[in-house]
Amino acid sequence: MDFDFDSEQNDLRVAVRGLLERAYGDAEQRRKVVAQDPGFDEKTWSRLAEMGLLGLPFAEEDGGMGAGPLEVAIVAEEVGRVLAPEPFVEAVVLAGGVVAAVGTAVQRAEVLGPLAEGASVLAFAHAEPGTRWSPSASAVTATQDGGTWRLTGVKEPVPNGARADVLVVSAVTDGATALFLVRGDAEGLTRTGYRTHDGGRAANVRFDGTPAELLGEGTGDRTAEVEQMLAAARIAYSHEAIGAMDTALRTTAEYLKTRKQFGVTLNRFQALTFRAADMYIGLELARSTALWASMVADAGGDVVSAADRARLQTSRAGRHIGKEAIQLHGGIGVTAEYKVGHYTSRLTAIDHLLGDGDWALARLASGVTAYETVDPLGAPYTP
Amino acid sequence: MRLQLSPELEAFREEMRTFFTTQIPQDIRDTVAARRHVSKEHYVRTQRILNAAGLAVPHWPVEWGGRDWTPLQRHIWREEMQLANVPEPLAFNASMIGPVLAAFGNQEQKERFLAKTANLDIWWCQGFSEPDAGSDLASLRTPAVRDGDDWVVNGQKTWTTLGQHADWIFCLVRTDPTAEKRQRGISLLVFPMDSPGVTLRPIELLDGSFEVNEVFFEDVRVPAENLIGEENRGWDYAKFLLGNERVGIARVGATKRLLAQAKEYARATTVDGRPLAEDPRMAGRIAEVENELLALELTALRVVANSADGRPHPASSVLKLRGSELQQAATELIVDIAGPLSVASYAEEGSDVPDWARVATPEYLNYRKVSIYGGSNEVQRTIIAGTILGL
Repeated sequence: MDFDFDSEQNDLRVAVRGLLERAYGDAEQRRKVVAQDPGFDEKTWSRLAEMGLLGLPFAEEDGGMGAGPLEVAIVAEEVGRVLAPEPFVEAVVLAGGVVAAVGTAVQRAEVLGPLAEGASVLAFAHAEPGTRWSPSASAVTATQDGGTWRLTGVKEPVPNGARADVLVVSAVTDGATALFLVRGDAEGLTRTGYRTHDGGRAANVRFDGTPAELLGEGTGDRTAEVEQMLAAARIAYSHEAIGAMDTALRTTAEYLKTRKQFGVTLNRFQALTFRAADMYIGLELARSTALWASMVADAGGDVVSAADRARLQTSRAGRHIGKEAIQLHGGIGVTAEYKVGHYTSRLTAIDHLLGDGDWALARLASGVTAYETVDPLGAPYTP
Repeated sequence: MRLQLSPELEAFREEMRTFFTTQIPQDIRDTVAARRHVSKEHYVRTQRILNAAGLAVPHWPVEWGGRDWTPLQRHIWREEMQLANVPEPLAFNASMIGPVLAAFGNQEQKERFLAKTANLDIWWCQGFSEPDAGSDLASLRTPAVRDGDDWVVNGQKTWTTLGQHADWIFCLVRTDPTAEKRQRGISLLVFPMDSPGVTLRPIELLDGSFEVNEVFFEDVRVPAENLIGEENRGWDYAKFLLGNERVGIARVGATKRLLAQAKEYARATTVDGRPLAEDPRMAGRIAEVENELLALELTALRVVANSADGRPHPASSVLKLRGSELQQAATELIVDIAGPLSVASYAEEGSDVPDWARVATPEYLNYRKVSIYGGSNEVQRTIIAGTILGL
């Protein structure tokens, strides 16, 4: 049992923080970047690639760095700390993760190599109107036409769906969820992108007999693999949220020390400092849970259940800290010109993209009385 | 970063678990599990078994019975003890005055008290709070005036837990009322509870139990040799004492046990023909408390894993606060599972209400204390805001 990062991991954090601080340490710079399509900075994306971060979790033979969930956690937290708009979790951890888990050796080399080099942006087109946070597809169907797979239906919202060079798409065939690769320039593909409240981009992606390449061998059901990769992304998002909460809290504490009302700085009011203390408590409890979930993933434990636990804890903490950060600032917290409200906005998006706290709680509750206690030191963790 | 315990620590955990579940008498563990009154005899019998095995005071210096364990080993020791329903070594002895005597007492005092303190041959109680000195402990007044070779103590202490069983008291007294900083005029004295001039009045608590007492001093003569450490440095020792077991105070193991019981009761309680455990809202409440408890346990592990260099981890202040809230949440859950049966608090023979439901509400009411003692949660928030956030 050890909660310390090793020196290589600490070096990684220093390097990523340096890069992202230069890009977004000035919140005004982030505002400029997210105001224009594609909602992130292509140059920063290339720099992330040069540092090896866009291939971080993939095997070296697939063009990756062969790192694990702990390194992913470090990068995600640093992304959250400055609200870097580059889609690290979405493109690398989730979309790339699905290809790494399911793709053939040739597909992994063809798709993950360019992703790792920064030459190609990936998006996971999975969410469908009318369902929420399901590991299965239902509205988009796949049929075989001669030797060609064709997709029909709508995926929305697809994060970075309009910008993506390659879409990783889930679709139903013979009642099973299969996975496909679709090129951005494929025929019968219509993508309508829009801005999201947190500065990002999402899209309505419409398939109309769109040719697609089956990901992996055979058409067996991929629900379990999708669930595993969603869990990995939920854990990474928990770390991104931790980074964002950390900045939101520190920004708020700084504000309380400098802003004057009634002739004194705000930190003279216990009604405010106690609320800041509660934000700290929520942050540290969520941080412990997220770190543990990454260790479970690293040790090959039950990643789905660990992700639900991290999701629940960071969801509760993220909402609490996000709302209090604005309230303790007062009116300026609601403006787009000041940075703190953007943290709340991003935390709100993270909370809803892959499953919110109540959703995770319902999953955890369904079996809660079937076992006696949770033993986080159990090796490897299973509920 | 590593999730699992090392093979050595895994073996250590197994050793602790085996000892606690096989060497502590079943009648004592059953009493704790049933959340019934743990008697003086239970405490004494348990602590002597632990002490004989070197498991009563592992955190003390080795020459006085300590074990030179890592903080993580101590954490495992304490958790396993709580999970096995073993009454912990009396805090006043093992966590409070013992470590103070070992660190600040003179050789004669160490030889006189430490072995008997570890073995619970002496039962200590605490004379800290006063009617006008609660959270603001440094405002305590009880004067001790030097008269020849004695200190003469007058005044009153309160909230003296289990003072009715105590042989000796460790007591903060004001020895220099003129000190510029009020913290500088306080000293730590120890004396027998049967000293002439000491009287004790039990205070009945909301649950009908007698745990705490008022203690009155009228011209109590305390020999000068019973001063611990230096005169007027008592505040430093009090801070040392109160900060000594910040980790153990989270009581994760005990709350885990409560939650496991809550699940059992929810399975055994039938509502409209179905187990209450199947009610989604009840299952959700249990799962939410359980996840909060996991987060607390992991935070405690982060703290113990990082406190080897002697400095407390910043997150340690979270443990007391959240630990007390979750103990309270678990007892509240059990009252809610009992529902209408929870009013049968004092039912005796002739009642069909199960024992767990009878003790549910008294325990819930009793547990309101845990967010108040040991530095109230408001004091903890003040510490977090001030020392961690710099507010």
